[in-house]
Formats: sequence, structure tokens, C-alpha cells
Amino acid sequence: MNFTLSPRLKNIGIVLLVVGIISLMYSFFMADYGHHAGHDSTHEAVHAAGHEDHSAHNRPWAALMVNTFFFLAIALGSLFFLAIQYAAQAGWSAGIKRVMESIAGFLPIPAAVMFIIVIAGVVLHKHHIWHWTAEGISDPNHPNYDAIIAGKTAYLNTPFFLIRTTVYLIGWYMFFYFLKKNSIIGESSGNWEWWKKNWRISAGFLVFFAITSSTSAWDWIMSIDTHWFSTLFGWYVFATMFVTAVTVLTLVVLYLKAENYLEWVNENHLHDLGKFMFAFSIFWTYLWFSQYMLIWYSNIPEEVTYFMPRYTIYKLPFLTMLALNFVFPILVIMSRTAKRIGGFIVIAGVSILVGHWLDVFNMIMPGTVGENYGFGIAEIGIFLGYVGAFILVVGRNLAKAPLLMKNHPMLIESKHHHI
Amino acid sequence: MHYESSIREPLIIGDKTYHDITVEVARPVETSAPRSWWIVFSISLFAFLWGVGCILYTIGTGIGVWGLNKTVGWAWDITNFVWWVGIGHAGTLISAVLLLFRQKWRMSINRSAEAMTIFSVIQAALFPGIHMGRIWLAYFVFPIPNQFGPLWVNFNSPLLWDVFAISTYFTVSLVFWYTGLIPDFAMLRDRAVRPVQKHIYSILSFGWGGTAKSWQRFEEVSLVLAGLATPLVLSVHTIVSMDFATSVIPGWHTTIFPPYFVAGAIFSGFAMVQTLLIIMRKMFKMEHYITIQHIELMNIIIMVTGSIVGIAYITELFIAWYSGVEYEQYAFLNRATGPYWWAYWSMMTCNVISPQVMWFKKVRTSLIASFVISIIVNIGMWFERFVIIVTSLHRDYLPSSWTMFSPTFVDIGIFIGTIGFFFVLFLLYARTFPVIAQAELKTILKSSSEKYKKLHTKYEHSHSDAH
Repeated sequence: MNFTLSPRLKNIGIVLLVVGIISLMYSFFMADYGHHAGHDSTHEAVHAAGHEDHSAHNRPWAALMVNTFFFLAIALGSLFFLAIQYAAQAGWSAGIKRVMESIAGFLPIPAAVMFIIVIAGVVLHKHHIWHWTAEGISDPNHPNYDAIIAGKTAYLNTPFFLIRTTVYLIGWYMFFYFLKKNSIIGESSGNWEWWKKNWRISAGFLVFFAITSSTSAWDWIMSIDTHWFSTLFGWYVFATMFVTAVTVLTLVVLYLKAENYLEWVNENHLHDLGKFMFAFSIFWTYLWFSQYMLIWYSNIPEEVTYFMPRYTIYKLPFLTMLALNFVFPILVIMSRTAKRIGGFIVIAGVSILVGHWLDVFNMIMPGTVGENYGFGIAEIGIFLGYVGAFILVVGRNLAKAPLLMKNHPMLIESKHHHI
Repeated sequence: MHYESSIREPLIIGDKTYHDITVEVARPVETSAPRSWWIVFSISLFAFLWGVGCILYTIGTGIGVWGLNKTVGWAWDITNFVWWVGIGHAGTLISAVLLLFRQKWRMSINRSAEAMTIFSVIQAALFPGIHMGRIWLAYFVFPIPNQFGPLWVNFNSPLLWDVFAISTYFTVSLVFWYTGLIPDFAMLRDRAVRPVQKHIYSILSFGWGGTAKSWQRFEEVSLVLAGLATPLVLSVHTIVSMDFATSVIPGWHTTIFPPYFVAGAIFSGFAMVQTLLIIMRKMFKMEHYITIQHIELMNIIIMVTGSIVGIAYITELFIAWYSGVEYEQYAFLNRATGPYWWAYWSMMTCNVISPQVMWFKKVRTSLIASFVISIIVNIGMWFERFVIIVTSLHRDYLPSSWTMFSPTFVDIGIFIGTIGFFFVLFLLYARTFPVIAQAELKTILKSSSEKYKKLHTKYEHSHSDAH
């Protein structure tokens, strides 16, 4: 049985996408010209205080980056989850692998935008998200000279940064491409060779991802606060990525169930997805706590600088995020019963998604716009635009191939899954 | 009923019945020990007694008999402590996490892995105890009310958190292990012919009757304990890592420590399970239950966790450079090229490079290769703790106090003694306990044994034709 995107949802997708594009254009326009007309009062205040900074100019770019990374995390996290299913030879998930694959197929869009952000930042200097791209920052005779950043130029320099970004994005896409290609071949083949191939490709992807998930997090996000460093950072970002992706997957599965697709998926499969949401919400919190507590406890100036603005200027989003990502899911989906009921999963899922969006926000905003942050047209509008694009693209991906991988070695196992 | 894909290898080899499982699991308890058992037991007992001697000498004379000095105030004691605690992680991971993931292959190995956990945590707990010097005051680690004496524990200290973490872990692991043992003890009780034996196993099995209600409770309590034990797997080594990471010592203070210590603990724990089970399956002829596939799967876990540990090593090294903090940079430079370079490169070779050979199916299904690598991994993990602890201490902030550490015969004797003690406990266990969780194993006979899987394959073909 194939999926068709209902006209209603398709229209919603188009409207959201248009809203997103308009918001994007509006916020870039306002950032370039708006504050001269006095629209941006915060920026005026900053100016009045004599701060010459890039924060107002950065804001639409930073908002774009927050949303781009968030949706990249969803697609990439799904690809990771899909690869785990193959590599671990999981049985329960055979009936929802096509959904994972379709969400992972969203990858090219945030990947392309991420590439544009990187080019605009490190080549064209259209924005100042990465502080190390500032002119003369590693030149001892320049007024911008910063000795600490100068010590990092062997890693943080334009050509190497571009090469790394390209390798990540193309590498991830290639693995996705081959996993998908084999699964389509599997539809018409009479044996399980395609599955064995995907098993090997997945193992390769997991090795590639184990390295690139950390380095990409250092590059794109940790280097925003260029002085600061934390060895855990890559794994922390991975945890955010994974729990977000599992939650989106679960919500998409619930939507498809509500539309009478996926009749082979029942509350046992939902229970397993709920367990992943629950367990990795706790895992994320564990990593959050490990990083925060160790830095707080040691109280070394170079390290606590990171949490200082986050605990003062960003206190509200910072603490809200903790509540949404940890307290709420733990209360809502701890019990077995709750994990098997769609309503509870949706409530916890929305909380997790909002919470992790805020988490990405808290990682990117303080170093790029400082106290000039807000939840305005740029942040919310671009998010809605991405939701629209997600609906249209994932809807199309789901429609293109049968929802059930009918020639999957674990199919009967998945249908008999009972916990 | 649970259905298992025909693409999966059987977990029980041969034409086994329920009765075969009973007889073969009970055999080591009911028959006399093979000669090999006595040989290994004698060697272990000797090592243990030597260790006891060294411990008594330490307590009688003082910590000065160890190789510690003013600069390196922590060395083999804490290295051994962390090493043993780490080894203790695999048991709970297998029994709790793999239970939650419904991994059927855990069933032939969980009993022995849990036993190993308990025995290794006992070894670990020894070290802080004897390091106190005055072991008769060991109860001071507990938060005893003020009126009891002038001392009050420092709740800010991760060493105190360790006391709670490890005692909780030990308790939950013990209860978990024992709960699983109850129906199996009952099986031994029902088969015992000698009255003394029957009486002992009847006490141990708590009068298990095997009613449907008992089984229902049994399964419920197993799940609850698994849920409790899962965060404990993470918490114990997290707290152990905080012993170091909350400090401001370069090489110790790094945020990746908690998850990286946990990965390393699972890594070394699986290696130890591998070492023990490869010997045990041979000694007690359990090859049909602890199959090559079990060994292969454990090898894959060893490879994955070894790679995670490798990524953490590289991350630490890279971020030390990236941080621009000269103390951090020096700490890592000193590790890799300083006087302890040999320890660092032993660690790298054993932990990161050696498990990579498991990418080849030939290697990970070879008994000899698996056995050798499991030992190499545990040597490497011992070096990891030694490297972290001693290289960060021996060249501290004050170059005039830089020095080296060399162990005395007492340091070595106590360490060897704990290895002896561990094996004494494990060997005694292997002769008196059902070493495979037979009641649980029987639940997968009809889904995963070689005989029944052949029947399923026929079914699968007719099933898929009907679709």
C-alpha cells in the first residue's frame, strides 16, 4: 500500500513554506535596513551603550542556523536510527523502516542551507556567526588580534572548514543514497542480499558518523564560542539530535496510523518508540548534567564563561529547556501504559521537540546575537517554513515507495512483535 | 508466541529438549570437579593467600609500604579500584539493558556475567578500604550523625558519592542476581539426592513452588529491577569518573569523562566475561548453549565500545590542543611522549587498535583470537587507568616535585591477590550454582533452538507465499 499526501496537508505545507520564505526575506531585509528606521529598539539600545557588535546583523542568520541545524538533526538522526536498525539486525522495527528512510530523505534541504550559511560566513563574510572568521583575528599586528583564537587557526581556517563541511554533508548523503537504493532494489529481489548489503553500508555509516557527528558539532556550533571548549560537546549534540529524530519519527508514525496506514504497526511498536524517547531524554539529561556539573564544580574561568550568559541573559530559555526535555517526558511517559497510548506520546513528543529546539537555540544564540535575542518573525517564521518543507518533502518520499518493505528478513518478526 | 526470523542463527545448538537443558546445567553441580578446575582453583587460592598476606602487612605497617610518594599520592590502589569496578559493569549491562532490549542471546551468559559483576565489585571495594590505613574506622565513610564523633562526611566530595553509588550498585546487582537464581536453585533442590544438599538448595530457593502466580511475580520483579539497574550501569562509572573530573588537574578535568568511563567499563567488563566464558564453556562442555554466535556478539560489543573509547581518547587529545590551555597541552604531550610513553602506547594499542581486528568475521568467530584479545583488552584497560592517574599526578604544577612512581612488592601482591580472590569466588560459584539461567533459557527453546528453527523456516516460506 502506498501513501498519498492528503490535499489538505499538502496545502498546509505550501502555506507554511510560503510563510517561512516571506519571514526569511522580511527578517533579512529588516536586519539590513530596518534598524536605521528605528524598528529594532534593542539594537538601538546596544548601540547607545557603545557596543560595536554584530548581533543585530547576525540575528536572521542565527535564526536560520538554529532551524537549519534542528531539521538537519531530525534527518540525520533518522538516518542514524535507520543504520542502527540494520547494523543491530533489529527485528521489531522492520515495519517502520520506510518511515525512517523517508524522514532521512529530508537531509538534502537542511544540508544545502547549512552549506549556504557556511559559504556566507567564512567565504563571503555576510554574517559573523563564527567569531574566528573576523578579519585579522590571527594577525598579531591587527587590532582584532586574539592570541587564543590564533592558536586554533590550524583547525579553524576557511579552506579546512569548507572541506570538512563538504565532506560531512556529501558523506552523509552518499550513505543515505545507497541505503535507500538497496532497499528499493529489495522490493523486487527474491533474496535478502540487499539487506546484507545495507547491513554493511550501515556499519560503514556508523563509523563515519561516529567521527563526523562530533567534529561537525565542534565546527558548526562549538566554534561559535571560539574560546570555549568541552570534550563532551560532540556527544551532547548527538544526544539532542537522536532524541529529536526519534520523537519526530514517532509522531510521523502516529500520523500515518491515524490516517489508516501502517496497519502492521501496533501499540507494541509504539511502546518501543516511546521507550527510546524516554530513555534518550534521560540520556540527553545525563550528558547535559555531566557537562554542566563538571564545569560548574571546577569553576575554571575559561570554561564557565560558556554557562555565564546562558544562566543570566538566557535564563528563561535555559531552564525551560531543562523542564521540557527532562521533567516533562519523565513524568508523562514513564509508565508502560502511557507509552502505548498515542495521546501521551504526542504530549511528551511536543514537549521534547520544543525543548530541543530551545536547546539548539541556547547553543547558537548566545555566541551570535548575545542579549539581542528573541522569538520573533525570524525564529518562528523560518521554523514554520521548515515544517512546511518537511511535510511536502517527507510526504513525497513516503509516497514514492511502498510503506512496507515486503521483502525484509525481519518482517514476520516485526509483525509478531509483542512486549 | 515470539517469532524469530530464519536469518538469525540458532542460540541453542543441537536437538535439545527441556530435560536436556536441566541435566546439562545441573551437571557441574552434581558431578565432581574436573582436574582442570582443581588446578586453576589451587593457583587462584595461592594468589589469594599471597594477597591476604600483603593486605595484612599493609594494615599492620601502614600505607608507607606501598610505592606512593608525596607527588603521586594515588597510583595502583585507585587504578585497581577503577579497573575492578569497570569490569563489574558488563553483568548489569547484560542482565538489565539487554533484558530491556529483549535480546535473547543474553540468556546463556547473564548468570555468569552477573556473578562476575558481584565478585569484581567485591575486589574493587577492598581498595578504598585498605587505603584508609585504619580499616577499623571504615564506617566513617558513611554519614553517621554528628553526636557519634567529631567527623562528618563531606557531601561535596565525589569520593563520598562513590560510597553511595557502589553500595547501591552492589545491592541491586546482588538482588537481581539472586532473584534470577531462585527458580534454578529450586531445580537443583528437586534433583538433589543427598539430604544435606537438598536442604541447602531448599533454603536457597526460598521454597519456590513454580506456580503461575510465582512466575508472574518473578517476571514483574525482573523488569522492575532491570529498570532500576539500567541507570545504575551509567551512574556507577559516572561517579567514579567524577573522582577525577571534578578536580582542576589537567588530564583529569574533562567533561567527556562520565560517558567515556562508562563505555570503557562496558568494554573491559565484556572482555572479562569473554575470558571467563571461553574457559567455562570448555571446562563444563557448555558449547551448545554458549555458542560461537554468543562469542561473536560479545566481540562486536567489545569492538564498538573499544571504538567509542578510542574516539574519546582522540577527542581528549584534540581538545587539549584546541583549548590553547598550556597545562592541558602539556599533560597530553607528557602522556604520549613523556617517561610514561610506554604505558600510554600500551593503552592505545590494546584498547583502540587490537579490537579493530574484530571487523573480520574470521577473527571474531575464532575462540583463540577472542580469548587473546579479551586478555589484551583488560591489560589495556588497566593501563588506561594507570595512565590517567599517574601521568597527570607525577608532573604536577610544581616542577621541583616532579617524580616517578614505582610499585613495591606489596602493591603488586595485593593486585595479584585480588585476581586470585576473584577467581576463587568464580570457581566456587561455577561448582555450586547453576551457571546458566536455565529457567529463562527454556523460554527460548521453541523460538531459537536449532531444531525448532528448522521447523520455522518451513513455516516462513508457506507464510510468505500466502501474502
